[in-house]
Amino acid sequence: MGPVKQRIANEDYVTINVGPSHPAMHGTLRAIAYVSGETVLGTDLEIGYLHRGVEKLGENLTYHQFIPITDRLNYCSAIANNVAYEMAVEKLMGLDIPIKAQLIRIIMTELSRIADHIVLVGILGVDLGAFTPFFYLFLQREEIYEIFEWYNGARLTNTFGRIGGVESELPEDFEQRWLELKKGLDKAITETDKLLTRNRIWMDRTIGVSPISAQDALDWGFTGPCLRACGVKRDLRKDEPYSLYPEFDFEIPTGENGDVFDRYMVRMVEMHESVKIIDQAFKMYKELGPDEPLMAKVPKIIRPPEGEVYHAIESPNGELGFYIKSDGSDKPYRIKIRPPCFMIFQAFDDLIQGEMISDLIACLSSLNIIAGELDR
Amino acid sequence: MAIEAYTGDGWLLTKLEQLINWGRKRSPWPLPYGTACCGIEMMAALASSYDMARFGAERPSFSPRQADVLIEAGTITKKMVPVLKRIYEQMAEPKWVIAMGACACSGGVFRTYSTLQGIDQIIPVDVYVPGCPPRPEGLIYALLKLIEKIEKDHPLRKKAIQLKGELQHGT
Amino acid sequence: MALKHDILKVLGNNALSFDESAGCLFVEVPKDEIIPSLKILKSELGFDFLSDLFGVDNSALYAKKAKKSKKDENNEEQADTLSSSLPRFEVIYLLLNLTTNKRLQVRIRVPEDDLTVESATSLWKAANWPERECYDMFGIKFKGHPYLRRLLMWEEFPAHPLRKDYPLEGMGEERDMKYEPEGTGHWT
Repeated sequence: MGPVKQRIANEDYVTINVGPSHPAMHGTLRAIAYVSGETVLGTDLEIGYLHRGVEKLGENLTYHQFIPITDRLNYCSAIANNVAYEMAVEKLMGLDIPIKAQLIRIIMTELSRIADHIVLVGILGVDLGAFTPFFYLFLQREEIYEIFEWYNGARLTNTFGRIGGVESELPEDFEQRWLELKKGLDKAITETDKLLTRNRIWMDRTIGVSPISAQDALDWGFTGPCLRACGVKRDLRKDEPYSLYPEFDFEIPTGENGDVFDRYMVRMVEMHESVKIIDQAFKMYKELGPDEPLMAKVPKIIRPPEGEVYHAIESPNGELGFYIKSDGSDKPYRIKIRPPCFMIFQAFDDLIQGEMISDLIACLSSLNIIAGELDR
Repeated sequence: MAIEAYTGDGWLLTKLEQLINWGRKRSPWPLPYGTACCGIEMMAALASSYDMARFGAERPSFSPRQADVLIEAGTITKKMVPVLKRIYEQMAEPKWVIAMGACACSGGVFRTYSTLQGIDQIIPVDVYVPGCPPRPEGLIYALLKLIEKIEKDHPLRKKAIQLKGELQHGT
Repeated sequence: MALKHDILKVLGNNALSFDESAGCLFVEVPKDEIIPSLKILKSELGFDFLSDLFGVDNSALYAKKAKKSKKDENNEEQADTLSSSLPRFEVIYLLLNLTTNKRLQVRIRVPEDDLTVESATSLWKAANWPERECYDMFGIKFKGHPYLRRLLMWEEFPAHPLRKDYPLEGMGEERDMKYEPEGTGHWT
C-alpha cells in the first residue's frame, strides 16, 4: 500500500481517475485523486506514458545526431533545449563561441520563452473555462512560428544551432518582423491582462489555490517560475550567468504566496522582460558587421575529451540541465537530462491536499507539466 | 444531389449508401488525442489561424462516445497501449482514425525499447499524416481526404458482412 | 582553492578522491558513508539544494579500457584488475549552494552484487522520484525510500533498460493490462 493510501486509510473516500487521456490538454499524466465530497484527500501519480528512451537513444547516436532529439523534450520551447545541450557539449570541449552566434542564440531562446509562456497562459485559460485569451495569444504564437520558419525552415521542432555556434545569420527583414511582432504581442498581452487579471471569476479561482511556502519549494527541488512565485528570487541567468546575459538589463519578477495566480502573473511579467532582452540583444547584433564568424573552430566529427560535465540553463520552465559523460569516442557514453517539471510534479500531492477537484485542474495547468520533458 | 430535388417536384433518386455517406461526411467531430509535440500542432490547427471547424470538426469532444474521428497525435509508448485500445473500443460506430505525425505512423525518430512502432499494430488506421510535426495544413488535408474516404464508404455492405460473420460463427 | 580545502576538511577520511573537469567539482565518498557526508555538506558548507540524482553504468567503459590495455602488451595485468575490481554502477548527486551559487557533484560507486544504497529522502524531499527512476533504469535499490516502485516503465517490466547489456530496441516486451476492480490491482 502506498504512503498516500496509508495516510487516508481511515477516511471515507471515492477514487477519481484523471487518466492518461483527459481533456486538460497536458499530455499523458495520470493523477488518481481520492476525494471525500469535493475535497481531495490525496493524490497518487503515475507517469511514464511518454517514456521514449531518449537517454538510451543518446548513447547510440553521435553528438550532432542527438540535437533533433532534444527538440522533442520540451516541445513548447524547443530552441531552449537545443541551446542547453549544445552549451553542455561546448563546455565539455572547452570551446569559445563567437559573439554573433551567442546573440542569435539569446534572441531565439527568449523568443521561445515567450512562446512557452503563451502556451501556458492560453491553456490555463482554457482549463478554467476562459477560451478567448487562447485565441488572441495563439495568433501571436503563429507570428513567432513565422520567424522560426523564416530562419530555420521548421515551425515547432527546429533543430536550432550546431555544436560550436549557429548555422546562419538572422534573415534580412528580421527587424521589421520583430517590430510587428512586438506590437502584436503588446496588444495581445494587454488584452489578456484586461480580460483575466482583475476578473472576479479568475481571481476567485486562482488566488489562494495550492499555495506552497518557499522553504517547501526549495526542499522539493523547484526551480523556475514556480519557485519565483513563492518569493525566492532565483534565476540562473542572474545567479550563474552564462553566455552574454550579464550585458543585458532585465528584472526578475517574484510572487508572494506561490499559488496559481502568482505563477500566472510571474509568467506574464516574464514575457515583457524577454521582449526587453530581445530589443537589447538585437541592438548589439546590428552593431556587428556581416563578416563576424558564426561558428567556432570545431572538427567535422566531434570527439570530446574523456570526462564529464553538467551544464544548466534557465529554460522557460526552470533549470534544464544536461549531464554528459564522454569516453573519447564520437558517441556520448551517458546523457542525463534534468527536467525542471520532474521535480515540480512530484510535489503535486503536497500541493493539492485539502483543495477541491476543480482546483486540481487549475493547479495542474499552472505547473506547466510537459510530458515530453517529464518522461523523456 | 440532383438539381431536380430543389427545382422539381422534390423527388430524388439515389442509393441509400450514398445518402448515409452524405449525412455523415460533413461533421466529423474529432477526439483530439494529443500525447506529444504533434498535440501542439493539432491545437494550432484547431485555433483561429488554421481553423479546422470550417470543415466540420466543430466540436472537439474528449468523450469517446460522442466523437467520430480519433486524431492520434503523438508518440504512443507500450505503456499507453491498453489505454488507447480502450478508448478506441469505447467509441461508437461509425468511427475513423487519423494517425498524425511520424511517431503515430511508424514510431518516428524513436526506435527504442518503449515506443510502439506505429499505432496500426493495435487499431485500424484510415489516414496517415507524415511529418514531424506535420503542418496544420497537413492535418486539414488529412481531414479532407477522410471526408473523401467517407464518401466512398459502403456502410450497409460492411454491416451485412459483419452480420453474416456473426450468424456463421454463432455469436 | 578555498572551496576544495573546505570540502576536504569537512569530509575528512571520507573524501576518497577529488577532481575538477570542465569547470565542475567532483568528490567521491564510500557507499556506506553517503548520508552522513551529504548531511555534513548540507549543514556545514551550505549545499542545501539537491539538483539531481542519477545512476551511471560503467561496464562498457571498463570493457573498452581493458581491451585497449590488453592491446598494449605491457599492461596485461592492469587489464585484468580493471574489469574485475571496480564497481559497476555509480550514483551521482548534484548539489548546489544557494548563497554562493557553487555546484558540487558527489559520487558513490555501487558494486553489482550489493545494490543497496541508503535513501536521501530523509535529507531532501526532492530525492523521491529520482531514486525511483534510478531503481527503474538500473536496479539500484534505496533503503528507506517510502515507496520504491518503478516510475517510467510499467510495473511488470522484467528488465532494467539503461544498463549497458540491454539492447536499444528492447527484447519485445509488451504490456498486458487487465482492468480489475478496486482491491485487486497494485494501487491497493
